Amino acid sequence: MGTTASQLAKDSLSEYQELTFLTKQEILLAHRRFTELLERDERKNLNSRVPMEIIHTLPELKSNPFKTRICQVFSTSEDRDGSLTFEDFLDLLSAFSDSATLEIKSHYAFRIFDFDDDGTLDERDLEKLVNCLTGETEDTRLNDEEMKQLINNILDESDIDKDGTVNLSEFQHVISRSPDFVSSFKIVL
Amino acid sequence: MPGDTLITSENDTDIDLDFAGDGDFQENHEREKHKGKRRNGDGQKNKRENQRRKRSSKSVQGIREESQSKTERGERGRRRRGKDEHETSGHEGNEGKRDPTRAKTTKSKKNIKNEKTRKLEGKEDREGQEKGEKGKLKLVCAKNEEKIESGDQLKEKEKALGMKKKKKSKKVVETSSEPETSGEGDDEEEEVNNDGEVRPELLSPEELEKLKEAVEEKKKLIQSLRGKPWPMRQKLVTLRESQLFVEKYEGALGKGKGRKLYAYKVMMTKKWMKFQRDFENFKTACIPWEMKIKEIESHFGSSVASYFIFLRWMYGINMILFGLTFGLVMVPEALMGRPYGSIPRKTVPRAEEAGAMDFAVLWDFGGYAQYSVLFYGYYNNQRAIGWFKFRMPLSYFLVGVGTVAYSYMVVIRTMARNANESGIGDDNSFNFSWKMFTSWDYLIGNPETADNKFASITTSFKEAILEEQESRKDDNIHLTRFLRVLANFLVLCCLAGSGYLIYFVVRRSQKFALDGLENHTWWERNEVNMVMSLLGMFCPMLFDVISTLENYHPRVALQWQLGRIFALFLGNLYTFIIALMDAINLKRKEEKVVKFNITMWEASLYNGTGSENSTAPPITIHPADVPRGPCWETMVGQEFVRLIISDTMTTYITLLIGDFLRAVLVRFLNHCWCWDLEAGFPSYSEFDVSGNVLGLIFNQGMIWMGAFYAPCLPALNLLRLHVSMYLQCWAVMCCNVPQERVFKASGSNNFYMAMLLVILFLSTLPAIYTIVTIPPSFDCGPFSGKNRMFDVIQETLESDFPAWFSKVFSYASNPGLVLPFILLMVLAIYYLQSTSKSYKEANVELKKKLQTQNEENKKKNKQAALKAQTDLEEARKSASQAAEHQRDTDASGQRREDDEEIYNKNQRMYHGRNPSPSVGDREPHFPVRGPGPRNCHNGNQGNSRYLPGFHQQSEPRVYRVPSLERH
Repeated sequence: MGTTASQLAKDSLSEYQELTFLTKQEILLAHRRFTELLERDERKNLNSRVPMEIIHTLPELKSNPFKTRICQVFSTSEDRDGSLTFEDFLDLLSAFSDSATLEIKSHYAFRIFDFDDDGTLDERDLEKLVNCLTGETEDTRLNDEEMKQLINNILDESDIDKDGTVNLSEFQHVISRSPDFVSSFKIVL
Repeated sequence: MPGDTLITSENDTDIDLDFAGDGDFQENHEREKHKGKRRNGDGQKNKRENQRRKRSSKSVQGIREESQSKTERGERGRRRRGKDEHETSGHEGNEGKRDPTRAKTTKSKKNIKNEKTRKLEGKEDREGQEKGEKGKLKLVCAKNEEKIESGDQLKEKEKALGMKKKKKSKKVVETSSEPETSGEGDDEEEEVNNDGEVRPELLSPEELEKLKEAVEEKKKLIQSLRGKPWPMRQKLVTLRESQLFVEKYEGALGKGKGRKLYAYKVMMTKKWMKFQRDFENFKTACIPWEMKIKEIESHFGSSVASYFIFLRWMYGINMILFGLTFGLVMVPEALMGRPYGSIPRKTVPRAEEAGAMDFAVLWDFGGYAQYSVLFYGYYNNQRAIGWFKFRMPLSYFLVGVGTVAYSYMVVIRTMARNANESGIGDDNSFNFSWKMFTSWDYLIGNPETADNKFASITTSFKEAILEEQESRKDDNIHLTRFLRVLANFLVLCCLAGSGYLIYFVVRRSQKFALDGLENHTWWERNEVNMVMSLLGMFCPMLFDVISTLENYHPRVALQWQLGRIFALFLGNLYTFIIALMDAINLKRKEEKVVKFNITMWEASLYNGTGSENSTAPPITIHPADVPRGPCWETMVGQEFVRLIISDTMTTYITLLIGDFLRAVLVRFLNHCWCWDLEAGFPSYSEFDVSGNVLGLIFNQGMIWMGAFYAPCLPALNLLRLHVSMYLQCWAVMCCNVPQERVFKASGSNNFYMAMLLVILFLSTLPAIYTIVTIPPSFDCGPFSGKNRMFDVIQETLESDFPAWFSKVFSYASNPGLVLPFILLMVLAIYYLQSTSKSYKEANVELKKKLQTQNEENKKKNKQAALKAQTDLEEARKSASQAAEHQRDTDASGQRREDDEEIYNKNQRMYHGRNPSPSVGDREPHFPVRGPGPRNCHNGNQGNSRYLPGFHQQSEPRVYRVPSLERH
């Protein structure tokens, strides 16, 4: 679609640059990729939503075990169906971009891992997280005992105030000392 | 109940609300609720306040404000809506849609503000009396602001940042100093109405100062906006409003002349910002191969990509080295030096002339290639060349030194940066959590890689659990030990064997060289390089096989493997250098003979001609016929160039055969083979990150070593890296499969850098040794005729600088000065080291302190949590009772109650969250609904347990505060 570039007005482009960690090229690329996902008649409208299932067809997200959570976290949809507008999509890319700060990355990571959206990572969240990380197949799954041990260990380490859950500040404390997090918490188009 | 506690609790509520909501208009329903409650509370509070301070006009004022705002609300909302539409239609067509909701937000905001003002005033009675008058209100507000700043700073700041305060009562707005200090932009119609009053003439210097501060704060907000975890829409709104605010008030700053200047300055900063952003964009657009690397990154994860990033980094360094040698050595000599054929060192000797243009000779960098700017020998020792007296020998020497110095600088700087990034991550206290929270590589976009990653994460979990349980049984420790010793023995044998082989081959090749290379086959001529390349290719495979004996953990095994390959390469390189040293000594002996012969030859020449003419006219002998020395420097350069070429060739050929051909065979023979080739034995190859990085590092080491004697080396390397980039990118994408064991990239980054540093040191060592100890050849190169190469510095100092300079230099290089200086440096190093040690100790102490604190907190927390739980239960009970009353009238009441419960929890954590049930269905009910349940709350529980929901959270908040501050 030849008009993609002109669809993003100069003003909003510079505003997006101001508000995200993305460069101009990245924003334009994101816009192009995003409009490709939209129906033809919706492309004119900046506010049209792309359903989560279609977002998941992006190769960058396809094999990510957290793709559902990512969409839900970044979605501003009122029905909580994980559908994304272009701005949500930019938010996503910004948080996952190269230059985003550790703070914002860890904030979103926490929300992604917080499966029930209750503001803390409790045992159920951690269990789901482990299951996401070990994949769907039976042979890679951990058995119950291992799972329990693992979760206990994690809570031992991270749960500083010992309330049985990991909250955001504890999470950020742990994450901020990890050497790999910033380099691996990245999605690029 | 004392009013103050009530007020504080109310205060907290407000702040929390704003804080959590952060102006997210999708949460309007929440706010509406609170507003309802608040209004309700307002009424009560007002009454109470009245009772408490009967003559306080403040509460009257408050009520007036309240009523005023109530009456005006509808109308204002409408006006505002219109205005919003007017304002934003330029930006975005759809904005109008959310204006109604926004207007509501505004209303609630105003409410909050009113109340806050009142509340604060309530705290200071003395200010209350002068409320009515505008001028004084200004003061009040200013003071209030200070109070806010001092009292509740952090939260308040947060709030001020997050809040998009559109409206306060007109009086407050008119004071114009108030909104700025709080950093809340009143940028809507009030501003327009009262625009006249924001004139700089009317403002006192302090107010101006405050205004300035506010503007600065806004600017800061704009800059920090991208780091906030808010939805885009909210950020957009904040941005626009802050920008409007800044634009509005920036003009008001400064008076008369100063004003113009200020405006100019502001304009320039704006332009500068824009320029910076464009430049940033330009810079990222200039980074080569970004897309290629990202593509690989998304297929193979970050570790494979890290190799290519390393390659690109190497390319950058070589680019600079190439620029140095090319711009300061090769080009000047080629353009301004004497042309080819003018003097013997620049001419192909007669004996070689016949085959000088043959491809085989050129491929070996003999013939015309040898007698060109590519090699040391071609350069003339003329002190200054060209019309602007370019000091060629000096430049040559300084470029050689500069190359090494620059490389050191870059490598060390990168290492320091890497250490900064990963230095904190060396403690093992979060082993499991890191595995859990950071082990997924979000870049992985290839299902196969993802599967491998799943498997590797699972194994790492299992291994970690096993280690933790310490139930690992070493079934036969003696056997493993024996096998490990055996493996190391075998590896040592391999290393020694390869070293001897290289030494042997180099010595043999010298014999061949003495015989004359033409008499030997291609293999005999290229034996050294081929043997070195083949060793480099096959020994790692051998090591790999041997390492299976050892039964190490894969990570440890990888390190061993890397160490062995490193030792192999290093050994090979150093054997090569030692052999080369032998060759140099041979050449120098030869040189002596030649030198003697030449004097004889010259003498005979002069004698022959001298008999005819005593004035000795210049005898015209073609430079090709002049006998000349062997020029060991060019020989060294040639050796290195050949080494690089053959190394490159082997790499490419291995790539083509080992990867591409294998992939093709596996793919196409799979149909007609007796076993499954893809899954079975040959399968596809993996990309060997560590091996490739090591290859790159050693290649670079050879460049550093040889660059002094062959200025063309950086150029060649640049070419090689360029081709590698494309070739390897292509090979990875088309014929490699993702690694089975996916290692993290970042952990090994500095490991590679350290290796690079070691190699750099080891490769500059022989180069410096030769430069310092061996006298240069007498008839070739820029330093011919000098005793040592570095004499060129001395020469320059003596002839090009004033006398005092060389005097100063000689004083400075006096041992009496140099030794104290070195001593000083040693002392400084010692001092820094000891301070870093003490810092480390302090760190450990702090960690201990933190741990004990945590223990204490844990106890406290448990108590608090228990208490909170009981409170919560009571609250729930009463709430459900209250809700039962209401249920028959409206079913949604209960829902909202629950929502709020969740919301209250959530707001501790997520400041930008939006648990967003639809707004639309709530709003029509609001006037009826809002106050209803709240009344019950108050009625049922009385003052002591006012809003238990908030009480419940007030205690845990003691510990939550740090998390709030972070944002």
